[in-house]
Amino acid sequence: MSVANMTQSKDVFLAHFEQLEKQSSGGAAWLLPTRKAAFARFAEEGFPTTRDEDWRYTNVTPIAKTSFTRACSVASEVTAKQIESYLFTKDCVLLVCVNGRFDQNLSAVGELPKGVMACCLSDAARTQGDLIETHMARHALTEQAPFAALNTAMMDDGLFLHIDQGISVSVPIHVLYLIDADAEPVSTHPRNLIIAGPSSQVSVVETYGTVGGGGSHFTNAATEIIANDHAHVSHYRVQCESDDTYHVSTLQIQQHRDSQVQTFTMSLGSALVRNNIATVLDGLGADCSLTGLYLVDGRQHVDNHLTVDHAKPHCTSREFFKGVLQDEGKGIFRGRIIVRKDAQKTDAVQTNRSLLLSDRAMVESKPQLEILADDVKCTHGATIGQVNEDELFYLQTRGVNKQTARNLLVFAFANECLSDVRIEPLRKHLSQRLLTRLPHGEMLGD
Amino acid sequence: MLEIRNLHAHIDGHEILKGINLTVGAGEVHSIMGPNGSGKSTLAQVLAGRDTYEVTQGDILYKGKSILALSPDERACEGMFLAFQYPVEIPGVTTSYFLRAAVNAIRKHRGDEELDAMDFLKIVKEKAKLIKLDQQLLSRAINEGFSGGEKKRNEIFQMAVLEPYLAILDETDSGLDIDALKIVAEGVNALRSQDRAMIIVTHYQRLLHYIVPDFVHVLVDGKIAHSGGKELALELEAKGYTWIADDADKATAVAS
Repeated sequence: MSVANMTQSKDVFLAHFEQLEKQSSGGAAWLLPTRKAAFARFAEEGFPTTRDEDWRYTNVTPIAKTSFTRACSVASEVTAKQIESYLFTKDCVLLVCVNGRFDQNLSAVGELPKGVMACCLSDAARTQGDLIETHMARHALTEQAPFAALNTAMMDDGLFLHIDQGISVSVPIHVLYLIDADAEPVSTHPRNLIIAGPSSQVSVVETYGTVGGGGSHFTNAATEIIANDHAHVSHYRVQCESDDTYHVSTLQIQQHRDSQVQTFTMSLGSALVRNNIATVLDGLGADCSLTGLYLVDGRQHVDNHLTVDHAKPHCTSREFFKGVLQDEGKGIFRGRIIVRKDAQKTDAVQTNRSLLLSDRAMVESKPQLEILADDVKCTHGATIGQVNEDELFYLQTRGVNKQTARNLLVFAFANECLSDVRIEPLRKHLSQRLLTRLPHGEMLGD
Repeated sequence: MLEIRNLHAHIDGHEILKGINLTVGAGEVHSIMGPNGSGKSTLAQVLAGRDTYEVTQGDILYKGKSILALSPDERACEGMFLAFQYPVEIPGVTTSYFLRAAVNAIRKHRGDEELDAMDFLKIVKEKAKLIKLDQQLLSRAINEGFSGGEKKRNEIFQMAVLEPYLAILDETDSGLDIDALKIVAEGVNALRSQDRAMIIVTHYQRLLHYIVPDFVHVLVDGKIAHSGGKELALELEAKGYTWIADDADKATAVAS
């Protein structure tokens, strides 16, 4: 990337930030300094380049050299009909953000159980300032990466979720983030904060989509999850924006004693996707399961960048990521596991499987284990392959033609990940989305 | 139903089948026995159309027509079925989903109307009962986590649902305990009929106590070395395969 480009891109966001500073008088007192500090960090670091080890395979020049407009300054008029295809059940708490702004009319929060606070972040900032200040951007998030810093600096609206001790929320919380703009590229920085109290239980679904034509838009999302002692959190992230968008996400999870966090990251759209997922197992017996699935075709590029930090003993982590690659699609998986010196009896398993459907598709799979304790179980495995001939023959001998059999096997490969989705209507919805994305998926029917 | 004429087949340049001749009529059950490495499973796979084997000589006629140019799925649609020695596990697809796709592919090929979910379920229930297969297994991924017995029973169940004219059972008995073997055999016997032929490939005579064949053939080094009635199986059980292999050697020696 040339120096001129870098400067230009930073200037775009500097202008955005100056606009934002002017508008944000009257906001929470602590917020502006947090934003300013984050922006300073971003300005200092700038966009990462491929010389940076963490970004070796993902070139963000297209993002850095686009002159985005702030999405929140673009008017939008999304109808209930337009969001239907993104919804998987009526039985949920629904929050909708369009162009970075909370949309009251499209949302359906309904009656929440006692001890549950689920609202947009901008509302929470007015009433729950202390709580947000205590938790937001406190968990090494902003220090970690320039995009997270940029998100903190520019953060738009998103979800604020707080569950009191011992409360179990029976319906999923669904947050839908839409971009509704013409071809002129816009940028948005959705921000979410999820605080699960001790022994609480909750499921959250984030869906990212595009309404209307779509353009080279940029979504830079960040979510923080704090799972207190014995909390159970399921987090699903469905990215299905239009094919010419750029999408960078950061998911930072802080886990306390005996907490269980399950995440599912599905990437179906965009020209370029980078998912940063980091969890810190910071209490005895904490358990995390990170599952992911991506499908790329054309010249799409998806990069999943995972860090699991085993900071305390007796924690378990499971990483299971799968990719289906067609055409000139590119898939990157980097799984870093850190086992701290005291984190004895760590049990960590990392699996990355890729299915290549074209000679020109490419996969980079890179495990990275840093083990400082001596009594641990750490395994990793990566497979890259094509459709299995034995399986193909088996299906064919039952009368299924080769093309359908191949499609069925590709679907099966991807669908295996969905068995981790515990919300049944969501699983069905995603299975259907999968079918429409796969080659000749329509042949497979229901 | 089936006529195999002087069939030769290669894999990676090695000749495995060296001139097989076999005729199977409708309603007949033929057993193909033989020592390890004699080409039994290769024959089963070549009949089903596996393209890793190259047929270099001879022909396979099914219902009077050569099927060498047909793909495995076309052969299945014409009514052929192979029960696998090692059924494949396919995570991510349930047996019932895949089997309905298979049934409808075959029905479409025959010009019959495709089955809807309800009709299909009715057939599945009936056949599962016949094979004593736990219906729960059908909503699980194909063979994933199935025991050896369950996998083999699933093969016979699929055969019952697809109702082939010619069924080839490749070592369906291997790895089964006696109870599982009996259940599988009962299932197979229930499917015996005047217009269905079966070829039972097996290493052991044991299965033939339960599925009594009309003919027994012994395959040695890629050729049928000996054929006889069901009593041949008993003779093999008592004497082993060596005497046939020795006879075959002698025959070869005389011929050359």
